[in-house]
Amino acid sequence: MNYIAGNYDVAVIGAGHAGIEAAFAASRLGVKTAIFTINMDAVGNCPCNPSIGGTAKGHLVREIDALGGEMGKTADKALLQMRMLNLGKGPAVHSLRAQIDRRKYQDIMKHKLELQHNLELRQAEIVKIEKTEDGFMLESRTHAQYFTKKVIIATGTYLGGKIFIGDVSYEGGPDGMFAATELTKSLVSLGLPLRRFKTGTPARVLKSSIDFSELEAQHGDEPPQHFSFETEEELENKVVCHISWTNENTKKVILDNIHLSPLYSGMIEGVGPRYCPSLEDKIVRFKDKERHQLFIEPCGLDTEEMYLQGMSSSLPEGVQSAFYKTIKGLENAVIMRPAYAIEYDCVDPTSMEATLEFKDIRGLYGAGQFNGSSGYEEAAAQGLVAGINAARAVKGESKFILDRSGSYIGTLIDDLVTKGSNEPYRMMTSRSEYRLLLRQDNADERLTPTGYEIGLISEERWQKYLAKTEAKEKELKRLKSTTLSPTDELNNILVSRETSPVSSGVTLYDLLKRPQLSYKDLAEVDKERPQLEPIIIEQLQTEIKYEGYISKQKDRIEQVRRMSEKALPTDIDYREIAGLRLEAQEKLNKIKPLSVSQASRISGVSPADISVLIIWLSSRKGGK
Amino acid sequence: MNETTIAAISTAQGAGGIGIIRISGENAIVIADKVFVSFSGNRLSDLEGYRAAYGNIVSEGETLDECVALVFRAPKSFTGENVVELCCHGGNLITKLVLRAVLANGAEAAQPGEFTRRAFINGKMNLSEAESIMNLISAQSKSALKAANEVRQGAVSKKIYALCEKLEFTAAHLSAWADFPEEDIPEVNDENLRLTLNESVKELEALIKNYDAGKAVTQGVPTAILGKPNVGKSTLMNLLSGFDKSIVTDIPGTTRDVVEETVVLGDIILRLSDTAGIRETDNVVEKIGVDRAKEKIEQSELLLVVFDSSVPLDEEDRQIINEIKDTQAIAVINKSDLDTKIDTEFIGTRFEHIVYISAKQGTGKEELISAVTKATGTEEFSASAVLLAGERQRFAAEEALNSVKSAIDAMDMGFSLDAVTIDLENALSKLYELIGKNVSEEIVDKVFHSFCVGK
Repeated sequence: MNYIAGNYDVAVIGAGHAGIEAAFAASRLGVKTAIFTINMDAVGNCPCNPSIGGTAKGHLVREIDALGGEMGKTADKALLQMRMLNLGKGPAVHSLRAQIDRRKYQDIMKHKLELQHNLELRQAEIVKIEKTEDGFMLESRTHAQYFTKKVIIATGTYLGGKIFIGDVSYEGGPDGMFAATELTKSLVSLGLPLRRFKTGTPARVLKSSIDFSELEAQHGDEPPQHFSFETEEELENKVVCHISWTNENTKKVILDNIHLSPLYSGMIEGVGPRYCPSLEDKIVRFKDKERHQLFIEPCGLDTEEMYLQGMSSSLPEGVQSAFYKTIKGLENAVIMRPAYAIEYDCVDPTSMEATLEFKDIRGLYGAGQFNGSSGYEEAAAQGLVAGINAARAVKGESKFILDRSGSYIGTLIDDLVTKGSNEPYRMMTSRSEYRLLLRQDNADERLTPTGYEIGLISEERWQKYLAKTEAKEKELKRLKSTTLSPTDELNNILVSRETSPVSSGVTLYDLLKRPQLSYKDLAEVDKERPQLEPIIIEQLQTEIKYEGYISKQKDRIEQVRRMSEKALPTDIDYREIAGLRLEAQEKLNKIKPLSVSQASRISGVSPADISVLIIWLSSRKGGK
Repeated sequence: MNETTIAAISTAQGAGGIGIIRISGENAIVIADKVFVSFSGNRLSDLEGYRAAYGNIVSEGETLDECVALVFRAPKSFTGENVVELCCHGGNLITKLVLRAVLANGAEAAQPGEFTRRAFINGKMNLSEAESIMNLISAQSKSALKAANEVRQGAVSKKIYALCEKLEFTAAHLSAWADFPEEDIPEVNDENLRLTLNESVKELEALIKNYDAGKAVTQGVPTAILGKPNVGKSTLMNLLSGFDKSIVTDIPGTTRDVVEETVVLGDIILRLSDTAGIRETDNVVEKIGVDRAKEKIEQSELLLVVFDSSVPLDEEDRQIINEIKDTQAIAVINKSDLDTKIDTEFIGTRFEHIVYISAKQGTGKEELISAVTKATGTEEFSASAVLLAGERQRFAAEEALNSVKSAIDAMDMGFSLDAVTIDLENALSKLYELIGKNVSEEIVDKVFHSFCVGK
C-alpha cells in the first residue's frame, strides 16, 4: 500500500561521494533535503581504493573544500597516510593523496549527515521517478512516496549493476550490496539517454598472508599536509604501503586463461575506462612490458584487509588466486574478497547543462558516476555543484556555473557536458590548459570567495582566509621592496645553489625568480622575514618563479573570455548555417553551446567551423 | 543568404585570349539576361544549371562582343549561389566594357576575395582551402601556382601532422609521467626532450623561411626604384619593359584602380610602386630628396638604387645609401660612354649586389635576374617544398616556433617540466589550429595509447 512519507525541496538518490556533497550543500543552503541510500551501511563507501586524492584528484578535493564541501575534512579525520605526489615535477602537478581508514571515513560521513540540520538520511531504494505539477514524486520499493521540487540522481554503480567474475555474473552493486534494478525503467520513460559503462576493482587479501620482508615500503610525508584549509590539528601517518611487481609467470597465467575473461569473451557490453584497466587488459594491450607495478595498501586500522592497487581483474576466482600467488610477497596470499568487474547504467552528460540539470527535464539533476565520470573526487565535485544549483533553483536564485579557467571542477563539468565521454571520465592535470594557475596550493584563493558568497563558508573561516591573504600580500610587498647588498654571504649562497653571483643590490623578489633558489635558501640573508604558514611560502614561491607562465595563461583566459562574450542563442538550428560541416551541425544542435568558446571545445567542431560561426554571428548582427 | 549579386572580371587582366566576367548571387541569371542575347533565342533563365549558350553581349543597343555564357544554379556552383560566367574575347577594354554593362544592370562590383568568401560561407570549401585559393588568385607565376596547389592538396597538413606527431608523443609522455606518478612510466630524458625540441625549431624555421621566399613568388616583392634625376632610371625601366610586364590591380578580378606595375623576373614578381612618374621625371630637374627616399625605403622590401657611372657620388647619394639599413637593395649602375667617375669601391662596401646595365648594348638583364633572386632569398625556394598558405598560417607557425623556443629556454633556465609541458602544448595548439584538432584530447588519447597506465 502506497503512503506519503515526506515532502522535500531537494531529494538526492544515492549516498555515495556525489550524493553526500549534494545533500550537505542543499541542506546548508537552507532548503529541506532528503538523501536516500539503498543500504544504511553503504553510506560514503569507498568500494575501490582506500584513498582520497591523487594527481588532479587532490586538486578537486582542495577545491571542494574551498567551496565548503566535506570530502577533504573527513579524509583528514580518517587519515592513515599522506603523500604529496609529483614533488620535483613542478607546482602545477603537485597533488596530495591520502590513504584513509575506509570504515572510519564512512562512519564520520554518516554521522555528519545524521546531525545535519534540514537533512533527512533515509534507507530506501527509489524505484520510480514521476513528474508532478511542481516537481517530482519518488516511490520506494516498499511503496513510500516522497514529493520533492528537485531531484539529484547520484546512483553510482548501483543503477542496473551487474557483477562479473569470470563466467559468473549476477545482478549486484559494489561490495556485495543489492543493485538498483528498477529505477532504470523509470529514467528511460523520462527520456534520459542511458548507456552502460564498466569498471572494476582488485582483490582484498589477508595482511598476515603477505610476506612484506622483501618488498619496498612506501612511507608518508613528514609532516603530513592536510586537505582541508579548516583542519588545524596535526595529522599523523599511521601506516606504510608496499610495492611489488608482476613477472613473467603472472603474464603466463593470465594469457593462458584470457579466454575466461568476460571482457574478451564478449559477456561485458559496457565501456570500461582506459586508465583503470584490469591487469589482463594491461597485459594484452602492452605485450612488451615485462612487469607491472602494484601497491599493497591497508584498508583501515581495525581490519586486516589489504587492497592491491593495479591488480583489478574479472578473471575467474581460481585464476585470480593463481596469478596473485605468482607475485613476490603474495606467494601465500589468502583472498578475502575476489576482484570483480561491474557494469552499470549511466547517462550521456551532454544532455545536461553546466549546472548538471537536464536540459529537457527541468528540476532533474545528475552527479557522479551516473554522469559518466569515475572516481570518488570527481563524483563529490559534481555532487557539490548539483546540490548548490538545486538549492538555488528552489530559492529562485541564479545558476551556479564554475568556469574552466578558474577550477578543475569547472574543467571537469565543462568537459562532461560539452565533449561528453565514451568511457568513465577521470580528471587529469593534462585536461586543464590552465594548470599553472589552477594549483592545489591556491585552491582556497581561487574559490573561497565564491564559497563564501554562495553561503557555504562560515564567517569564522572567511576571516581566517582574509587574514591569510593579507599576510601573503604583505610578504609579497616586502619581497619586492627589500634589497640585499652583494655581500659574500649572499654570493656564497648563490654559488652553492649553482646560480650566478650578483655584483649590485638585488631584491628578494628578483632572487626568488631564479628556479634554483628557494625561499628557504635565503633564510640567512633575509633576517627580517616574518613567521608564515608553509602554504603561503609555497604559493609565493610558485607565483614569483612562474610569473611569466602565469601571466601567459591569464592572457589566454582573457582571449577565451572575449570569445565567451560571443553568446550563441540556444534556439539556433545549426543545419541552417550552410558553411558548417555536417558533423559540426549535428554536434552543435545536440550540445547547444552557450558561447562561441564553448562551441570551440566540442569535439568534431573544427576551427574552420568556428570561423563560420563568427562570420555568421557578425553577418546576423549586421542584418538585424 | 540574401546577399547582393556581385560581378567582376575573373581572369588576369592584360593577357590571355579569353576574358571571363563572373556574376554571382540570387539575381545573377536575371542580370545576365539583360546583357546577353543568345543566337538561339533562348533566355539564360530558361536554362538548367551546367548549361551554356552562345550569343552577343549587347549594351544600350550596341553589340560589344560575341560571348559564351555558362549558367550554374545554386547550390551547384563555385560560390554556392547562382552564377553566370560570360566568356568573351580577352583584352582590357572589352572585358571592362562587358563588366560595366553588367554593373549597370544591377550587379555590384565584387570586393577583393568576395567570391571565395561566399564559397566559404556557403560551405563550398573549408578555411584552409579558402586561404589557399586566395593565394591562388594572387599567384601570378608558374611556381606560385604549383605551390598554391600543393597547399590545397594538403601538403601543409601532412607536414604539420608529422611535426605534431613528434611533439604530441613528447607531450603525452610528459603528461603520463605527471598524471600517473605511480605507474612506472619511464623518466623523461632531458637529452631526448631537447633533441625533439631542437628538431622542431629547425623544421618550423624552414617552414617559415620558405613561406617568406614563397611570398615573393606568389605575391610579389614590393620594390622601389631610387635614384637622382638623370642617373638612368628610364634605362632600367626600359630593361624591365623587356620582361613580361603588366599593369594590374591590387587584387585581380576586381575593378579597383590601378595601383602598381608588376614585372615578372624569372619566377619572381616585382611589384614596382610609384613608377608613373619615373620616365617623365628622369628628364626634369627634380630633387628626389632624402625624406622621399626614406618613405619609399620604408614601404619596400627590395630597392633598386640607380647610379650613373659617369658622375661621382655626392652627399645626397650617401645620405640615401645610409637610410637603406636592413632593406634588401641592389645597386644598379648605368654605364654611359663617358669616363667612370663613380666610386664603385664605396658602393661595393655598401651593397651586396651590384648590377651593371647599358642602354646602348642592352645588357644587364641576366645579371639583374640573378641579383634579384639572391636578394629575395628565392634562390633556394622550392615550389615543391611545403608552403604555408597565407599570413594566418605563417602567424600560427611563428607562434608555435616561439613556444618551442620558450620550452627550450625554460629547460635552460632550470624550470620544472610542468612549465616546459605548457610551452609544448601551446606550440601544439597553434599547429593544431592549422589542421583543426583539439590539443588536450589528442594528448589524453596518446597517453592511453602509448603508455600503460591505470591503478
